[in-house]
Amino acid sequence: MPSKRIIVGYGFWIFLLSDIIMFSAFFASYAVLSDSTAGGPTGKQLFDLTNVGIETICLLLSSFTCGLASIGAQRKSSPMFQTAMAATFVLGAIFVSLEIREFAGLAARGAGPAKSAFLTAFFTLVGCHGLHVTAGLMWLLTMMAQVLAKGYRPDILRRVMCFSLFWHALDIIWVALFSVVYLIGAGQ
Amino acid sequence: MSDDDTPEFGASDAAPGDEGSQAGVATYLIGLGLAFLLTGVSFFIAQTHLVWGPSIPVALIVLAIAQMGVHLVFFLHITTGPDNANNVLALAFGVLIVLLLLTGSLWIMFHLNHNMMPMDQLMRMQR
Repeated sequence: MPSKRIIVGYGFWIFLLSDIIMFSAFFASYAVLSDSTAGGPTGKQLFDLTNVGIETICLLLSSFTCGLASIGAQRKSSPMFQTAMAATFVLGAIFVSLEIREFAGLAARGAGPAKSAFLTAFFTLVGCHGLHVTAGLMWLLTMMAQVLAKGYRPDILRRVMCFSLFWHALDIIWVALFSVVYLIGAGQ
Repeated sequence: MSDDDTPEFGASDAAPGDEGSQAGVATYLIGLGLAFLLTGVSFFIAQTHLVWGPSIPVALIVLAIAQMGVHLVFFLHITTGPDNANNVLALAFGVLIVLLLLTGSLWIMFHLNHNMMPMDQLMRMQR
């Protein structure tokens, strides 16, 4: 019999793949609508690549610290697990706040989601990823609290594993996002 | 042949994200290094004038796919080993759907845009 850990991990893997398929629909709509600026600003005029670079560094480092946290959980080492999770939270929170600042700046310049089909698709795609990261941050805090309160029980460890899969998958989506939306968009 | 080769659930399966025998910081460090390298090249290529312009989007997409591969291998520990057959099969199906969705949408919408009368002419006809 396979262990419950394998079945839970596999099930969550299927969920993540379905989530990635949902994102691919948003990517497809963005790609179709990216030229429909309705006379409004284009990506080249709006995107600040320095900001995107800092966001990318935060998310890549947070994926690394999340990996350290799952090693810490496997070794049942609380200092390693809790420190790495806290670092992951800080990096993820910096990412989300930078993204909120970017969105607020765009809206203040009159480039809100209602301006053009391009901006609607942009805010939907990037905002959906941002919401995933925000939900991931809350899940992260829950896992830190559960490990603190209940210890390294098998069911808690399974949840930690699912969380780290979720976090790494978000990083993969961000790779597609900064390449397709920001870097290609800023070049055109 | 034994049942070991068939991709069905067994004690020899690995959960995605679980590293086979010993979990090591080294794997994550290599992954982080490669990810930073590929990201750096992407950001460099996007802003440089050294490269022929029209090739830049293609290069960026290739780099992004390479970096997703790095993430899958070093962070999610998806391998080609027999214990990962189920994970890889699910991933392959997911990639198939993603490709169908993306190429299908872009293909259809490109042809629609190509065949449609420009919007200002259409408006004039409706008047």
